[in-house]
Amino acid sequence: MARLLEEKLSSLYRAGGKIVGGVYVSRGQEAFSASLASQLTTGKDVYGPLIRDQAGRLAFGENPVVAFQTFFGSPAGPMRGRDGNVHRGEPREGIPAMISHLGSLVAVVCGMLMARRMKGVTDCVGATSIGDGATSTGSFHEALNTAAVEKLPLVIGVANNQFAYSTPNDRQFACDSLVDRAIGYGIDGFEVDGTDLAACLRTFQHAVARARAGHGPQMVVGSLLRLAGHGEHDDASYIPDDLKKEHFGRDCLEVAREQISEHQWANVETLTEWENECRNIIDTCVQQAGDDGKPDPYSEDWSPLANKNLLDGYLLS
Amino acid sequence: MSISYLEAIRDAQAKVLADDPNVFIYGQDVGSFGGAFKATKGLHDEFPGRIIDSPISEDAMVGMAVGAAIEGMRPIIEMQFADFSTAGFNQIVNQAATLFWRTRTPCPITIRLPSGGTPGSGPFHSQSMEGIYAQYPGLVVVTPATVEDAYHLLVQAVQTDDPVLFCEHKYLYYHLKAEEIGGDPLPIGKARIVRSGTNATVVSYSAMVHECLKAARLLSEDGYEIEVVDLRSVKPMDTDTILGSVARTGRLLVVGESFPWGGVAAEVVARVTSEGFHLLDAPPQRLCSKDTPIPFHPDLWAVHRPTANTVVHALRRLVGF
Repeated sequence: MARLLEEKLSSLYRAGGKIVGGVYVSRGQEAFSASLASQLTTGKDVYGPLIRDQAGRLAFGENPVVAFQTFFGSPAGPMRGRDGNVHRGEPREGIPAMISHLGSLVAVVCGMLMARRMKGVTDCVGATSIGDGATSTGSFHEALNTAAVEKLPLVIGVANNQFAYSTPNDRQFACDSLVDRAIGYGIDGFEVDGTDLAACLRTFQHAVARARAGHGPQMVVGSLLRLAGHGEHDDASYIPDDLKKEHFGRDCLEVAREQISEHQWANVETLTEWENECRNIIDTCVQQAGDDGKPDPYSEDWSPLANKNLLDGYLLS
Repeated sequence: MSISYLEAIRDAQAKVLADDPNVFIYGQDVGSFGGAFKATKGLHDEFPGRIIDSPISEDAMVGMAVGAAIEGMRPIIEMQFADFSTAGFNQIVNQAATLFWRTRTPCPITIRLPSGGTPGSGPFHSQSMEGIYAQYPGLVVVTPATVEDAYHLLVQAVQTDDPVLFCEHKYLYYHLKAEEIGGDPLPIGKARIVRSGTNATVVSYSAMVHECLKAARLLSEDGYEIEVVDLRSVKPMDTDTILGSVARTGRLLVVGESFPWGGVAAEVVARVTSEGFHLLDAPPQRLCSKDTPIPFHPDLWAVHRPTANTVVHALRRLVGF
């Protein structure tokens, strides 16, 4: 579903007209993303998705129309044209909306968990994602260290897709594996083949269960390759061909198909049926989001504060 | 029985903690130690589990506060010094300040910034950050100059559904005392005329209000009556009270302790020039610190920031124009 949805976004981007701004897809990262979110319970757990988490969003129960509404800048979407594309969420529903400063969402998820613990909510896990690049930020380090100190039920999925935009891993970090960092924080760390759906599911199931059982933060590092550019404007010419032939360069969806067939979870007809159903849902969503129209600058209240009495009157005029 | 500016801050926190179970304090050394300045002294025992020591991680502290606010809590973040808030700047101006605008989720967090210079504090324990934060939409910035305002503005800040930067002045912590905290506080966004006059208006806030009052007393010996306006909050800014005062005096000086490029003083001058040009009998002036980092030695520091003497000098030039 996520792959098809993003393919639709890409084709709308290339066609021009509906999409405002860029399009960022998660091709190659869907299995890893969905595996984390599918271990969570909507309404009970916290999920802070990042850029390449369309699959995780769907697994956590986000209505697919919301993606199109946000990419279109629809006034009926949750961001109402005030923010766009992957910067969307419903914080009070347990899905905080990321900002562009990668790494900074981890502390927000930690704060949500800490608040819930203070209120006596115990059976709750908070999950979020990060890429290899954002593990270099101070924000990531501070939040993870704090989560470890507070022993918060945090699960962080590190999607090591080998490149932060165009910067390869050898210009990003010098440790052998990003999972080594878990030792430094004093938290549990796991490595997984990020292209292997069954392995991702097993690993995240274990990590989420450990977090829920009170074992503190869990870090899962998945090796995979972004099978697309940073955004649709990026041809990813910096990714060498031989890297694409590496094990982590295989398409997680093809692997998943084989696994589904091997375990007889579903047959080919059922898969085709699902695919068609997804295409229908996506078409309906595109139609609906397109019908929403555009935000109206003249009825926008231009108010950055919840308390209208505290707006600076001079600046309103 | 008198109460200091610092005790008022402590008492205000005790009040909001007692009033609302969603309030908690998070910051470095705020727990059993009671904070670097003892602004949370005794609260750890009085409110178990709600006064929480953080690692030295300003970014995570503010990010955590935003997350807690999403869940309906009302965190108070104590920055050990206002200067260190730059290490949490991104979370303040991009995460906290945009949350309501982007998602309709209120962000009731209060960030206490022990601000301003004291002798011997040097470049990194003396800064005044109000102008920086006021620049960003989505933030409220208050700057109490009195013991009563330290108390009431802090209570109001915590009760506000938006992020508030509470700029408390370290020089006033022990120096400033009041007999008691009166009731009936002014709301955030309302300036106060602390001394009436006819010859010129001085607009100021925080510790500089007291330098301006000293200057006004000195000049009254020479027959000049200076009106002193305490902004109390720099965002929102009470433009009407400023313009009303300038309408009476025809002359404006703005005094602030922060660096001179842009900032609160420039904003006041811009508003008065734009909206009250016809009221002015002289070009509006401003007096800020020097455009260098804040010096360590008390003799250098005393000249770096505005003082009653330099305010007097600026006012003499203004009234003589």
